[in-house]
Amino acid sequence: MPLIRIQNLARRYVMGADTVHALRGVSLDIERGEYVAIMGPSGSGKSTLMNLVGCLDSPSDGHYELNGKDVSRMTDNALADIRNIEIGFVFQSFNLLPRSDALHNVELPLVYAGVPRSVRRERARTALANVGLADRMHHRPNELSGGQRQRVAIARALVNTPSIILADEPTGNLDSRTGEDILNLFEILSRKGNTIIVVTHEEEVAQHARRIIRLRDGLVAQDAVNGNPRTVAARTESGPPAEPMHAPSGGVPPVIAT
Amino acid sequence: MTFPAEIRESTVIALQALKANKLRSGLTTLGVVVGIVTVTLMATAMNGINSSFRKSISSMGADVLHVGRFPWASFEDPRVYRNRREFSLQDARDLENTMTTASAVAPKADDKGTVTYGLRRATDVWINGNTEQSLVIRGLSLTQGRWFSQTDVSADRRVCVLGAFLADGFFPHESPVGKRVRVNDTTYEVIGVLEKLGSFLGAWDQDNQIAIPISTFKSSQSPTPNYEITIKARDPSELQETIEETRAILRRLRKVPPGTPDDFAINQQDVFVQFFLIFGGTIGAVGLFITGLALVVGGIGIMNIMFVSVAERTKEIGIRKALGAKRRAVLSQFLVEAATITLGAGLLGIGIAWPVTLAIDRYTSFAAQMSWWIVALALFVSVLTGVVAGFIPALRAARMNPVDALRAE
Ligand SMILES: Nc1ncnc2c1ncn2[C@@H]1O[C@H](COP(=O)(O)OP(=O)(O)O)[C@@H](O)[C@H]1O
Ligand SMILES: [Mg+2]
Repeated sequence: MPLIRIQNLARRYVMGADTVHALRGVSLDIERGEYVAIMGPSGSGKSTLMNLVGCLDSPSDGHYELNGKDVSRMTDNALADIRNIEIGFVFQSFNLLPRSDALHNVELPLVYAGVPRSVRRERARTALANVGLADRMHHRPNELSGGQRQRVAIARALVNTPSIILADEPTGNLDSRTGEDILNLFEILSRKGNTIIVVTHEEEVAQHARRIIRLRDGLVAQDAVNGNPRTVAARTESGPPAEPMHAPSGGVPPVIAT
Repeated sequence: MTFPAEIRESTVIALQALKANKLRSGLTTLGVVVGIVTVTLMATAMNGINSSFRKSISSMGADVLHVGRFPWASFEDPRVYRNRREFSLQDARDLENTMTTASAVAPKADDKGTVTYGLRRATDVWINGNTEQSLVIRGLSLTQGRWFSQTDVSADRRVCVLGAFLADGFFPHESPVGKRVRVNDTTYEVIGVLEKLGSFLGAWDQDNQIAIPISTFKSSQSPTPNYEITIKARDPSELQETIEETRAILRRLRKVPPGTPDDFAINQQDVFVQFFLIFGGTIGAVGLFITGLALVVGGIGIMNIMFVSVAERTKEIGIRKALGAKRRAVLSQFLVEAATITLGAGLLGIGIAWPVTLAIDRYTSFAAQMSWWIVALALFVSVLTGVVAGFIPALRAARMNPVDALRAE
């Protein structure tokens, strides 16, 4: 059973008399442990797909199964639980709470998971230490550099040991060197067995991933593993995925030097 | 998330948000502060009216009959009563000697006059004549000295007991007992001080009084007093029998022919109770209206500021939702924020109202009393205002779509 199974997913935005077809029927499976890049020109529907995969939004049509659960017709509160347990988000603009320090930002998913205070403190500390920010726990976002902010966001995405890490243009607001650091961090997380989906419009970023899905006008234009196209038929009928699987682990990634 | 954890987390967020917007939160609370001050002062006023009323009633006594020529409440032409015979001290003695259902009988008479001590002067003082039994009948107690003895009354002594207002006003730093005050043109020695009674319904200040023996009242204040006779029933539950006995004796004493109506009236304090209920009810309704109005105005301010707060923090709401915050968590976050603002306003309101109450109690004749239940009520009302006013903004936040919220700047 794939971790993500998407069938004919469509999302339309109705704006007055106009309807924007952001996704027109996307089907794809993603296995546990894959490192996938979603590419495409601006407006091709990458973020829309990402929001659906991250359960931030519900589709207009089609089906989405996450971990065997049909999440395309779930209520708001059920989706909140799924986001809390299964998904770790990394955003282009970091999306940290400006008035809270790094530690509290990382704690947040655990707060909403109902983890007791002392336990969540400890886990948040560990997660921050693992992204190399052990000495920045009590800094607020505006006291951190862009790269450090994105590390806090990654620590926050990892703290709940989610099934998937979703990153929408994670290097979009970073200079290329810092962006490279973040991508190296993803590389390590991937090797540890984490499932990672990165949205990007930059080739260099996408090249870090083993599988690249290209969207155009709300449809999948190309889906390739290490440069070799894979078809939907080949994927759904043959058992093992093209990519060798790593044992899934909630394992803790090693420290990266800044 | 468990409920206490939710409240704790929400409180942390609320305090953080309030700290970031001190001035705005402060200004917004003004409306609620005014509301809570009103609530507190109203409750204090009602409390004070109630308790001074209760003291007044007990000082008149539920089991005390007041016999006089006129009924207290009457719709008849006053000329009807004018020719009725005055009561005398002898009537009081006769009643005292014959009644079996009375525990105490005393004549009374009163007047208004001026009392002076050195250069200090009090006008419009209620001067009343008493016997040794009047203390019990009037339900009074003393804070200093003693009440009149039988000899004080029979020997026509010039002694007096001061009301609390006179005692405080004339003798702020010393004991009045043993001092000499002048009532109109006669000098009296102070032998005691009454406890504070408060003003009856805010109108008739009972602490501005001076008690003297009834004999002295006749000899020194008013040669032809308009006496009334007060009778305390032996058993309050058999008040009716006491009334019947009084009537029978008085008709005999006053030689009222059988078949004709009484030429006297036996009054009871329930007339006042009626009056109070109407009066107190009116004050209560007006107070409730003013209070409600102030709170509604304050609440609208809170609602407004919460809408602003929700709008400003749309992004934050989106982030929290993306991380797994359910509707309830977001709702409670903003409700707690609103309630924290109004609770702060409530504390401030109590902080303002409390000294005002003390000042009213001290510097006016009005007995204003703050009590813990008023504080609790004010706090409860302030939190309730926050929760009610914050509900719609909080619901708007809770229902936000996470994608739209995240896109906000
Ligand atoms: N909330 C929305 N309302 C209306 N149109 C939207 C909304 N979100 C996205 N779109 C439209 O959907 C299309 C795909 O957008 P998006 O998924 O953000 O593209 P990408 O991330 O690939 O740049 C675009 O034409 C965009 O204008
Ligand atoms: Mg996008």
